[in-house]
Amino acid sequence: MTHNERVWPGDDATRLPYWIYSDPDIYQREMSRIFRGSIWAYAAIEAEIPEPGDFRVTRIGDRSVIVIRDEHGVIRAFVNRCAHRGVKLCRQQRGNTRFFVCPYHQWSYDAQGRLKGVPFIKGVKQMGGMPDDFRREDHGLPTLAVTVRNGVVFVSFHESPPPFPEYLGETNLRYFDRVFDGRKLRLLGYSRQLIPGNWKLMFENIKDPYHASLLHVFLVTFGLFRADQKSQVRMDATGMHALLISQRGEAGKSTDTADISNLREDFTLEDPRLLDPVREYSDDATVVMQTIWPNLIVQQQSNTLALRQLQPRGPESFELHWTFFGYEDDDETMTRRRLRQANLMSSAGLVSADDSEVIKLAQDGTREHPKDAGVLLMGGRDTEDVPHMVTEAAIRAFYVRYREVMEL
Amino acid sequence: MSAAIDVATQHELEQLHSRYAALLDDGPLAQWPELFTEECLYLLIPRDNHDLDLPLAIMRCESRGMLRDRVRAVEQTVMHEPRYLRHHITNATAVWADGELHGVAHYSVLEVLPDALPRVLSCGRYVDRVVRCDDGRLRYAERRCIYDSVLVPNTIVYPV
Repeated sequence: MTHNERVWPGDDATRLPYWIYSDPDIYQREMSRIFRGSIWAYAAIEAEIPEPGDFRVTRIGDRSVIVIRDEHGVIRAFVNRCAHRGVKLCRQQRGNTRFFVCPYHQWSYDAQGRLKGVPFIKGVKQMGGMPDDFRREDHGLPTLAVTVRNGVVFVSFHESPPPFPEYLGETNLRYFDRVFDGRKLRLLGYSRQLIPGNWKLMFENIKDPYHASLLHVFLVTFGLFRADQKSQVRMDATGMHALLISQRGEAGKSTDTADISNLREDFTLEDPRLLDPVREYSDDATVVMQTIWPNLIVQQQSNTLALRQLQPRGPESFELHWTFFGYEDDDETMTRRRLRQANLMSSAGLVSADDSEVIKLAQDGTREHPKDAGVLLMGGRDTEDVPHMVTEAAIRAFYVRYREVMEL
Repeated sequence: MSAAIDVATQHELEQLHSRYAALLDDGPLAQWPELFTEECLYLLIPRDNHDLDLPLAIMRCESRGMLRDRVRAVEQTVMHEPRYLRHHITNATAVWADGELHGVAHYSVLEVLPDALPRVLSCGRYVDRVVRCDDGRLRYAERRCIYDSVLVPNTIVYPV
């Protein structure tokens, strides 16, 4: 599609043109303006790399990045690509090391990304070698800015991203600190899935409480998330980040579930241990889904806690990388509870499976009609916080910001 | 102490695996939990988690009741595209230890979506504890499906 045809319908975000989900030029612009813009991108939790030399490889936007704790305990991040010939430096997903050695010509880098070793730098028998003006310090790995908030590591390709609290804004920071309250985290495990859809569809999904009470029959049947529950949708001042906050209600039928055609009133669990939620925070919220621009969803659904990282892989595909966790002071019963409730989540989740399936269908549908546009009018046209779920305000807020950043 | 199994038991074990595959691929799915003991453990666990000794499984059923709940939820609540699945279970081995069969088998599951070529949905190994029940049948007391294919192609709707 040529640039001329890429005109956003209207001057707000009540219409979403379908080319945003499949246009390769738009994707490239997102990678540079959003993922390498003035942002903080989620990279890891500290519990994954507790010891000096511990590292993990992740992806920020479409680029592989190494996150490592150096010998002084400081967390560093740099691109996973040798400065010599562009070879992917580290082939492991995680590990512990003092040096990264490129397999091709064995250039080696320390835990700060500094080039330390270049074989035959002085040549062999006075032949060959690097020119006299070659300086190793000119050929380190490009580094990323790093900030750590209560055990969660964020990185940025940008030289001067805003301070993290300012980036999140007061309300979103408060809810972030609600889950990440300074207690040490316990890593429970990973789940990875490659979803055949545009990465933004995942954000839309989590910013969309309207679908949750309709698509997710399992949630509705067991009263975990329903349109008639006390709930709120809250954004930061920019619209980048959002919160869906809800309190668990009753299972079964109520007057407001009449529109939910496939509610299973007769479905009770044979083994109720699957859903045995206990209150663990000081407020009454049983579900808080937080979307943090541009690559993170923080999930508290009852007692299952997870960080879902979005790793775009071209315009029509992304990896959703789930990191499930609890707290180091959880007892065995609580850990079990979290593990059982994880049945609702990720690629085989009794709830999340609905989402990955519907995202594929959204991609399939929009791909064929790039010049058409979707309608985002539920709850009105504005982008204000609301005390209910029957709204698409958080998606509109996201796209108002998106249009500014992307100049679309 | 472990002991080798005889040919008849090997055959019986392979029959159990074949029945397992048939129920998941061709149904009726509701009979699949009957291949497990009342108290049982079924885990679908990414190999990374297994290797790192991390407990998270993407399916975790801790009783036959929980297996039945999973089946009913899949059949009645999960929205998904229709699909065909085909399990291939090979290299089944086992030894007797403490009155139970401790077995390993390799598996792969092919998936066919309505408008796409077949693909490998999951591959890995089953690590089992199989017991002989009062009715004379072998059943799974524990099945850990440890999948090498850690990056899952979209969605795993049915048990593996």
